[in-house]
Amino acid sequence: MMPMQPVDRPHAVCADLRVLCGNVHKNGEVASQPNPENPFERQLGFIGPWLLAGAALVAALLSLAVGRYSVPVDTVALILLAPLIDLSPSWSETESQVVWAVRVPRTLLAAIVGAGLALAGAALQGVFRNPLADPQILGVSSGAALGGVFGILLVGTGWPSMVGAFAGGLAALAAVFWLAGGNHSGVGKGGTVMLVLAGLVVGAVGAAGIALAKYAADPDNQLPAIVFWLLGSLAAADAERLWVAVPPILLSAVLIIGLRFHLSALAVGEEDARRLGVPVRTVRLLTLGAAGLATAAAVAACGVVGWVGLVVPHLVRLAFGADHRWFFISTALAGAAYLILVDIVARTAVAAEIPLGALTALLGAPIFAVLLRRLRGDAHG
Amino acid sequence: MAEHIAARGLGYRYRQGWVFRHLDFRLAAGELIAILGPNGCGKSTLLSVLSGSRPPIEGELARQGRIALVPQSLAPALPFTGLEMVLLGRAHAVSLFAAPGPADYAIAHTALAQLEAEHLAERSFDVMSGGERQLVLIARALASESPVLLLDEPTAALDWHHQAHVLALLRQLADTGLAVAFTTHAPQHALDFADRVLLMAAPDRQEFGVPEAVLGEDALSALYRLPVKRLQLPDASASTAIPVFRDYLHRKATPAP
Repeated sequence: MMPMQPVDRPHAVCADLRVLCGNVHKNGEVASQPNPENPFERQLGFIGPWLLAGAALVAALLSLAVGRYSVPVDTVALILLAPLIDLSPSWSETESQVVWAVRVPRTLLAAIVGAGLALAGAALQGVFRNPLADPQILGVSSGAALGGVFGILLVGTGWPSMVGAFAGGLAALAAVFWLAGGNHSGVGKGGTVMLVLAGLVVGAVGAAGIALAKYAADPDNQLPAIVFWLLGSLAAADAERLWVAVPPILLSAVLIIGLRFHLSALAVGEEDARRLGVPVRTVRLLTLGAAGLATAAAVAACGVVGWVGLVVPHLVRLAFGADHRWFFISTALAGAAYLILVDIVARTAVAAEIPLGALTALLGAPIFAVLLRRLRGDAHG
Repeated sequence: MAEHIAARGLGYRYRQGWVFRHLDFRLAAGELIAILGPNGCGKSTLLSVLSGSRPPIEGELARQGRIALVPQSLAPALPFTGLEMVLLGRAHAVSLFAAPGPADYAIAHTALAQLEAEHLAERSFDVMSGGERQLVLIARALASESPVLLLDEPTAALDWHHQAHVLALLRQLADTGLAVAFTTHAPQHALDFADRVLLMAAPDRQEFGVPEAVLGEDALSALYRLPVKRLQLPDASASTAIPVFRDYLHRKATPAP
């Protein structure tokens, strides 16, 4: 009847991801693969958010404690509790200063940006029906960066870069959606290839635009600001940057987590989802908007930090399954924990601070490579 | 009996030409209808039109009540368990920014139980066999609590036992008051289970009627371009239809006219 190829291949891709999950499991790199035969492992979905919230808390405490000026964890806890309960200070003024003025904003920013990027990735994977979607791979980060650079060029740092980043991110999203063939991009003939190529094209346009903008920028004032911002770093975290990042990412998270069921439902395909009664167009628009908003806010607050949206949802699916009730909240919490931990490495691994974007790419790219190779192998087999 | 689908002079075309024209079809509550036709004759397209996914290009189509369509196969892009898949049947009852509630979960579990497929609730849809997926997709349609069920080749991937299982189930569902139509490549399915049959012989020629009357030797032989014999079974209670593949072998040896 219907040609079998386009229907069968993406399923094979899925099955292959499962196989991949299995392998990861066998190697013992990941705690557990969702083994649907085993009710105990399915229960992991329920406790996933709690485990990940705990992990994020521990990571945050660690992040407040370690650094060039290290503060013992118990002291950190006391310093944090001081405003709430009456404590006789057993810590130095410097320690309190380091924790409150430097590390709290930085850790909060890492958490909110990590959560936002991970959620954006998970949302895009649902809309594009492709497990390889991610703000960075789709060129959305580049588009947002270009928009942000134009904001800095034309007006200045702060909110203009935020507005520019949002506009640029959304424009990039629209371009990728159009190039990759919209709803047909996720599955079917060349789905993954089209998606990655579309991201490549949009990313290239973004990169070229940024290069031109740098060339046109005032080398004394604007250029250093642009270059430093683009590198991706949390070092400049302060209250202002938190204001840039927190409200839009919170809004985006509320939207995406609110749409959790309908977003999951998109995975069965547009026609089927529509027949089931899912308002496909509305869900898609809201989700793309939310993902664009989170990405833009993340880029505006701390530059291009890539691959988080790819790595984190994958690890969450491997560990806890993809039940819509827990998946998105787990992804947000895992994203927060992940970026806090990566940032700890970025500022403690070597004497100088490693740019955060470089480190997430260093971690994310190999995972992407493994996934891509698996998918390719499947297409040939 | 409430009539859920009434189509008169229905027509649909792609760029290459008409898939079907002048098609008449009726489906009422309590009925089980089989749709027969060779590969590529437009059975899936017809179901798609009847379900409302594609507007007909000509003719009248009156539909009443929600229609659940069970696709031939489904490849979710992200992992689903059986239960999660069945829950999607509740999508029409879940408002935006909400998620299925306890009542929806209960309905999903009941639907799986109705198909004796509770053991598939926690299984991953990816790793299920064709038959298991079929059960889950039918459960999904039941969970939608739609009065009309359209199924695209529900027996395609199934062995004889599971074909019988699914078809008996469809018969039961029709007997409990659902309006059910399914496409198939086996005339026996229509003869043994269906109340009526739609034979899609050519884009502009269909037969719609009682299986015994519509599925004669000549009609089936023309439909499948192969000699088909209708045989009375030994116990004389029923007859069946079988293709005579050997004759085709001899015909193949001589050059086609």
